[in-house]
Amino acid sequence: MLRQNQRRFKFDWFTIILFLLLVGFGYVNILSASHIGEITSYFDTSQLYGKHLIFIGLTFLLIILILSFEAKFYERFASIIYLIAILALIGLFVFGKDVNGARSWYGIGSMTIQPSEFAKFATALAVAKYISDLQTNMQTLKDQIRVAAIIFIPAILILLQNDAGSTIVYLAFFFVFYREGLQQIYLVSALSLIALAVLTLKFGILISVVATTTALITRYFLRKKKRASIFQYLLVLIVSILFSYGVKLFYDHGLKTHQQNRISLWLRLEKDPVKLELMKKREAYNLIQSEQAISSGGWTGKGFLEGTRTTGKFVPEQHTDYIFSTVGEEWGFLGSSIVVILFITLIIRILYLSESQKSQFSRVYGYGVASIFFIHFTINTGMVMGLIPTVGIPLPFFSYGGSGLWGFTILLFIFIKLDSNKINEW
Amino acid sequence: MRKLLLLISAILVGLVFIARLFYLQVYSGSTYDLFEDSAILKEYTYPKRGYVYDRNGKLLVANQPSYDVMVIPREVKPLDSTDLHEFCKLLNITPEAYQRKLTRATNYSPRLPSPFVPQLSKSDYAVLQEKMRKYEGFYIQKRSLRSYQTTIGANVLGDIGEVNRSIIRKQPYYKLGDLIGKQGVEKTYETTLRGVKGIKFIQKDRFNKNIGPYKNGVFDTLPKPGKDITITIDSQLQAYGELLMKNKRGGIVAIEPGSGEILAMVSGPSYNPNLLVGRNRSKNFTKLYRDSIAKPLFDRGLQAMYPPGSPFKTLNALIALQENVVSTADRFTCNMGYRYGNRIMGCHAHKSPVNMNIGIYESCNAYFANVYRRIIDKYDSPAKGMDIWSNHIKSFGLGDFLGNDLSVGQPGKVPSAETYNRGYGKNKWYTTFTISNAIGQGEVLATPIQLANMAAAIGNRGYYYTPHIIKHIEEDTIPAAYTTPKYTTIEKKHFDPVVQGMFDVYNKGTAKMLQVKGIEICGKTGTAENFAIIDSVKTQLTDHSIFVAFAPKDNPKIAIAVFVENGYFGSRFAGRMASLMIEQYIRGEITRPDMENFVLRYSLEHEYEKPYSNAPFGINRQTTLEPIDEDEFQESLRIKAEITKS
Ligand SMILES: [Zn+2]
Repeated sequence: MLRQNQRRFKFDWFTIILFLLLVGFGYVNILSASHIGEITSYFDTSQLYGKHLIFIGLTFLLIILILSFEAKFYERFASIIYLIAILALIGLFVFGKDVNGARSWYGIGSMTIQPSEFAKFATALAVAKYISDLQTNMQTLKDQIRVAAIIFIPAILILLQNDAGSTIVYLAFFFVFYREGLQQIYLVSALSLIALAVLTLKFGILISVVATTTALITRYFLRKKKRASIFQYLLVLIVSILFSYGVKLFYDHGLKTHQQNRISLWLRLEKDPVKLELMKKREAYNLIQSEQAISSGGWTGKGFLEGTRTTGKFVPEQHTDYIFSTVGEEWGFLGSSIVVILFITLIIRILYLSESQKSQFSRVYGYGVASIFFIHFTINTGMVMGLIPTVGIPLPFFSYGGSGLWGFTILLFIFIKLDSNKINEW
Repeated sequence: MRKLLLLISAILVGLVFIARLFYLQVYSGSTYDLFEDSAILKEYTYPKRGYVYDRNGKLLVANQPSYDVMVIPREVKPLDSTDLHEFCKLLNITPEAYQRKLTRATNYSPRLPSPFVPQLSKSDYAVLQEKMRKYEGFYIQKRSLRSYQTTIGANVLGDIGEVNRSIIRKQPYYKLGDLIGKQGVEKTYETTLRGVKGIKFIQKDRFNKNIGPYKNGVFDTLPKPGKDITITIDSQLQAYGELLMKNKRGGIVAIEPGSGEILAMVSGPSYNPNLLVGRNRSKNFTKLYRDSIAKPLFDRGLQAMYPPGSPFKTLNALIALQENVVSTADRFTCNMGYRYGNRIMGCHAHKSPVNMNIGIYESCNAYFANVYRRIIDKYDSPAKGMDIWSNHIKSFGLGDFLGNDLSVGQPGKVPSAETYNRGYGKNKWYTTFTISNAIGQGEVLATPIQLANMAAAIGNRGYYYTPHIIKHIEEDTIPAAYTTPKYTTIEKKHFDPVVQGMFDVYNKGTAKMLQVKGIEICGKTGTAENFAIIDSVKTQLTDHSIFVAFAPKDNPKIAIAVFVENGYFGSRFAGRMASLMIEQYIRGEITRPDMENFVLRYSLEHEYEKPYSNAPFGINRQTTLEPIDEDEFQESLRIKAEITKS
């Protein structure tokens, strides 16, 4: 009995409080963004906020369930959980339901379940399991390919279901791999390639080639010792040029028009005012409405249920992907900054706890959790504020929807369970 | 290092996001303004504009509804060609005009409403109202336009027109498309007549649909109706004055001396106030505005400044008595004028020597030159004398704005020592330099309303009320400034000889021919020389005809100044018109049809054409009288009959 009590108090209450604050404030904003007409009851299940309240209720059952399993269970069954998730994704091709052009949902009665939301924690478990294996060495190409396969399988399945946004989330695992020993060269290359891609799209191939050449020559002369051969430098240059062409080709022919336009708007590529006006009415419509709503909030916002743009439903999808614009309008700079701080604090807390784990499995899993929250938060909030091109992914704990809320809750609470168990791991 | 990548990234992202939020919400986000929020529809309700009645309760100005199509450019959705054509057809404009209007509105402001097509016809409105929802960014605003119940008094009543941008900048109450008083009482009593518009804030959704009042309407206000006003004008007298002024240019101002109320204020040529209502307002206004020859928008009763001439002599007589430099019995000789140095100020043939009574009714220049010199030379220096004289004159309301409630006016001019110091140098001038002040020429300038006010002050024996146009405001009082008498510097006892002199002008002087049986009129004729520049040569034109009068002699009911451009001597046109106006007002009918027929039959249009004829022409003595067509004359008689009937 005593032992039982001790254990319960090993849960990291700081993280749990952050979680409760985010879910609670999320609900407040969903209420603002989704209510239609007068609010007669907070439990009015004919309205979206009522439904979301039910989701939150079920979340607590889910938490109890997760915490009641033995910590060891998650490590032991990681592979099976992963396998079930992959099967669920594959099953979508047969039994899935089309919503807005993406085949990402199972329909059960009036409810819908989105398996990609659950695939994230499953993948995180599988990655943790594989990396924590004593045989695994992240420095070797063999293990790098295998671990990449673990994340590519769900990522590609999701991409095939036309949900590009959720695919991008799997990039989060790069942080995990890097933490667990992936060579520096990958990080440098990745950052260089991203820079090169942006350079190519913004200024054209010629400028990007000139820039690459200049960078390589500078490096060549700065590095007097351990200098690679000129041949290797040439190889890098050729690859860069090919990459530039590839990016250009992909942008021109590989992307759909609306994706092209999103990037074009972000990099301010379009100069024709007529086309720009048209884009503003189509691709940038949500973004402009969202930025206007946020801007109109001022220091302290217009107050709960007082946002004129929220009440008027000016921002489409405001209760899901654009929920942060409600925070901006009704709670102002103060409220929005607090939300940003809450998220960053949550991520740092998870990182801190991960580093203090005795078992590598727990540490890697924790890193995965922090990375996924980081990517979701950065992409979603960055998009809503107009810093990042439009990518449709939800804001954890804030956006309306059962699958999302449950997926993130499971993701977080498995880690809380693992963390609570570190004392017993001697 | 490996452990820090995500940590540093997270902190960096947090900082960048907070900076971005600061930029969006605090730095570039101006303070939240409900009026600029496109999610909130501002629906204005314009109150009834106050009616205008004349002093006898006759309704002069009422309202009629008007519908403007307004546009908020940033809310306009591009129309496909079918919709565009349909919309243009409904509005009765071309697609090019649609684009042009939209661009102009966008240039003014993309987020504020601008008038798109103002003042729809009733039938257009009925059709359009049904389909309006289809055209996002457009809506119909109901307003009220004026409906004039009369064709007279355009210069008195004024008009309302769209506010311009500089008014909006100074007075934020007004929004583009609002109407404001532009002239006349509409301008001076704008805030009284206008009332306060009501506003409703309505929450819209992104489909431009109204979804209910914003915050349950706590900020909404009801319109406050404008107040009705009664003006001092006697519309019958005003109409009669306008009829008399037909085919002539000039001004008539009639004042009730006991109250300062303006009974009539005529400016010729006049125009029908209905010209400045509705869609054609700006076209008609421009036409009136551009008429630089007849200048119909120039209110000659209020804005025309001329040397007052002989009527001014009465003031010199009063000052001389007040300053005790002459007695009424003192006599001066006049031999066809007044000689000073080697110069002469001419006079006409009359008996000599002249006392004050004769001086006034014969209008003797020599008499007044002597009197004037005594006034100025009473003091050590002409400068001192001049300032004292100047003060007396100014106490009659001359030389400055009267402080009345009329939308236009001119101060006139009364010289002082300073005027001559500037012209000749200090102490380098003598009384004789200023001698024309004795007879109302030279440096003195006055407007007809100032002369009418002067007549009122003489009729009242020493005081006047500021002339004003407002008689009554619904549920309000008129300013005290209009109900407190202003005293002149002349004691009451000095007025009787001067009034008697003016009475004798009618008995045996220059207005002998203008007598009206049964009414004791006091008056004074006058003329003003005037010039025009023709082919860069200063050319003299026929004198302006001036007449100032009040009646009856004791407890006067009306004081009047009439001024007819190029009407020649005072009694010819101005005197006749003044007598007729006085009789019309006091008796309500005319017993001198000969006088009336003369004024109605003879036109001065030929006189006004002379400077533009490119041919040599004669003035004054060489002018002839030209009658109008018999038809037109009969029409004038018909109008006269109609005026008296009402
Ligand atoms: Zn004489």
